Amino acid sequence: MRQSNQGKQQYEPGTHPDLPPPLGTTGPIKWMRENLFSSPTNIALTILAAFFLYKIIPGAVSWSITDATFIAEDRNECRALNSGACWAFIAQRWGLFTFGFYPEDQRWRVVLAFVLLLMVIVALLWENCPGRKVLFKFALIFPFVATWLLLGGFGLEPVATDKFGGFMLTIIIGVTGIALSLPLGILLALGRQSNLPIIKYACVGFIEFIRGVPLITLLFVASTMLSYFLPPGTNFNLLLRVLIMVTLFASAYMAEVIRGGLQAVPNGQIEAADAMGLKYWPAMRLIVLPQALKISIPGIVNTFVGLYKDSVLVIVIGLLDPLGIGQASLADTKWQGLSTEVYLFVAIFFFVSCYAMARYSLYLERKLHTGHSR
Amino acid sequence: MSSGTSVEGSTSITSQRNIFSRLWNDKETRSVIVQIIALVALFAFFAFMIRNAVYNLEAIGKGFSFDFLWQPANYDINQRLISYDSRSSHMRAMQVGILNTLLVAFAGIVLATVLGFILGVLRLSKNWLTNKIAYVYIEYVRNVPVLLHILLVHGIMVHSLPKPKSAINVGDAGFLTNRGLFMPKPIPEPLLWAVIALFVAGIIFAIIFRSWAKKVQNETGKIYPVFWISVFAIIILPVLAYFLLGSPVNWEAPELKGFNFRGGMVIRPEFIALWLALSFYTAAFIAEIVRAGILAVSHGQTEASMALGIPRGRTLKLVVIPQALRVIVPPLSSQYLNITKNSSLAIAIGYMDITATIGGISLNQTGREMECMIIVMALYLLFSLLISMFMNWYNKRIKLVER
Repeated sequence: MRQSNQGKQQYEPGTHPDLPPPLGTTGPIKWMRENLFSSPTNIALTILAAFFLYKIIPGAVSWSITDATFIAEDRNECRALNSGACWAFIAQRWGLFTFGFYPEDQRWRVVLAFVLLLMVIVALLWENCPGRKVLFKFALIFPFVATWLLLGGFGLEPVATDKFGGFMLTIIIGVTGIALSLPLGILLALGRQSNLPIIKYACVGFIEFIRGVPLITLLFVASTMLSYFLPPGTNFNLLLRVLIMVTLFASAYMAEVIRGGLQAVPNGQIEAADAMGLKYWPAMRLIVLPQALKISIPGIVNTFVGLYKDSVLVIVIGLLDPLGIGQASLADTKWQGLSTEVYLFVAIFFFVSCYAMARYSLYLERKLHTGHSR
Repeated sequence: MSSGTSVEGSTSITSQRNIFSRLWNDKETRSVIVQIIALVALFAFFAFMIRNAVYNLEAIGKGFSFDFLWQPANYDINQRLISYDSRSSHMRAMQVGILNTLLVAFAGIVLATVLGFILGVLRLSKNWLTNKIAYVYIEYVRNVPVLLHILLVHGIMVHSLPKPKSAINVGDAGFLTNRGLFMPKPIPEPLLWAVIALFVAGIIFAIIFRSWAKKVQNETGKIYPVFWISVFAIIILPVLAYFLLGSPVNWEAPELKGFNFRGGMVIRPEFIALWLALSFYTAAFIAEIVRAGILAVSHGQTEASMALGIPRGRTLKLVVIPQALRVIVPPLSSQYLNITKNSSLAIAIGYMDITATIGGISLNQTGREMECMIIVMALYLLFSLLISMFMNWYNKRIKLVER
């Protein structure tokens, strides 16, 4: 290395240290160039989108947070305090929104059942969970424990199901529907693929009928008509009827999703199972279903999310889910005209739970995508 | 259907078993036995239900008949496409309901498809900001029940829009109030039929011209600007004729009288809320379908088309879209079915569709739950059937023709 005459450092060829890249090709500037301003259309889109956000976000934030009231006694006080949303209503009726009309001194039972449910869910979804085996065994008796806790009897004060309401009701309908519709859907899908014509057409008829009518009509049937089809004098619980209808409804959709998975399993797999001397059920359980279910995971989770969202429809037959509680509370003259707040609040609850389910399904899909990853 | 797991191995054991176990272990006979059992069980189930229904209905002296359909309905329906008043029959109320369901379903399908395609393309856009806006929109809307969307839009319309006295004037063409959108009502003059005839003729011409141009292109390679000529024949020509004939339509403008508008045409907030909410909701699902469809066309297809020198617009039209449509159409048709079925949620905000007329007020007034629910379900099944038939036909048309 030698000093040059001009005072500039000179290098032997090939020994020059790397210069930093030009400013425009690294860091945030490069990112913005590529993602926001890469072409005239792109620039126009960016400006349009930024303008759109500018129009919406400040208004939304000031309405829902900075100008909102969180503590007040009634609507008029809300109005007097601030110009934005009136969340005080939600805050005051928090218990009602969560537990419905469940007796207040008994609400610990619901909380306990919910905590147990969370433990079971964590054990099912998280494979490194400590004590997973024990929890798995517990998962089998959980439905009975939960029913006992919620309904009472055997030493606990009995609570009638028409006291159930709020998010608790949504979760009961959602979890029961999800847990029961999967096995039923599998049976229906297998029935539809069966080569016994009577079983096949019975399944096809059931699936297509359920998929052809809206859930709301089935719920009407459950609430008004079902008693006609039962022996005189039988009268069973409305919540139970709704649970049965929701489960049947979801299982028809589930069956179609799983049928898609079954059709994607190559015939060679079944033939190989036959060649191994496996009978129908072992072949299905050990060879076909594991592959079919893996393929249909996104669809299955979509059906779960759909079922969970559909549980709000129970308000049309008078059950008090969060939406029903909200509408009933809005009739209170103290709080009239707050429908936007109530609906947004319930919407956020649904968004959080459904989005979580969708994200978990994406994770599962990636995890189970063995085989052909490059 | 399995019969324990032990035997199978040696024939000597099997032959010693009794006749039943031999029948059961034979695949053919077993399938017959299983099916007979299933059939008997199904019959027993339905017979049991029908017997109970007959007995129960008799016990309360109701009977089973559709005669009530011809009795006066005694209730009003404010949004209707055909004439109806409270003295009309339940049958007529049902027809109003059917048309209302079809109206909102059709309008919803159109808007949801347009919005869904736009959102799906935005979701694929390289622009980070639009991409994320579309993502947030889709994820929010998809993960919230549609009933909530309907109630929210309806609530906003009823509570936030002004009263008729201080209506929002939409370019003098309409007045937006919390009682709906009031618009001038067109009253046709005889000359309008000439314009309509021209419009129909334009459509027929466009269809014929299109097939002729295709033939010419196949034979000689000459390409006509089919799209622009069709636009001219279908849209520009009738519009020109309309103005040349001196606008042969009288508009009856709505006028503010007292507390409400009189005259003109009104679109109720219930319809607008249901229509917008159903469309926004379904558009989010359609957007995901469109995105998946476009991503399913491999990039090599576009590159190959570019290498052949086909311009960008034609690449999109002739190479990418036809292949994407094959992936898009089947799930799209189930979204259309969903819109139709979800329109039954109209009952929550009082839009008078099938569920709210025959399955709602008529049911409550006559007490004929069984008959009304049978009608409602049969109608929805019929709509589902018609839509899936149409979409199957369309799907077959665009399917890859394999040799």
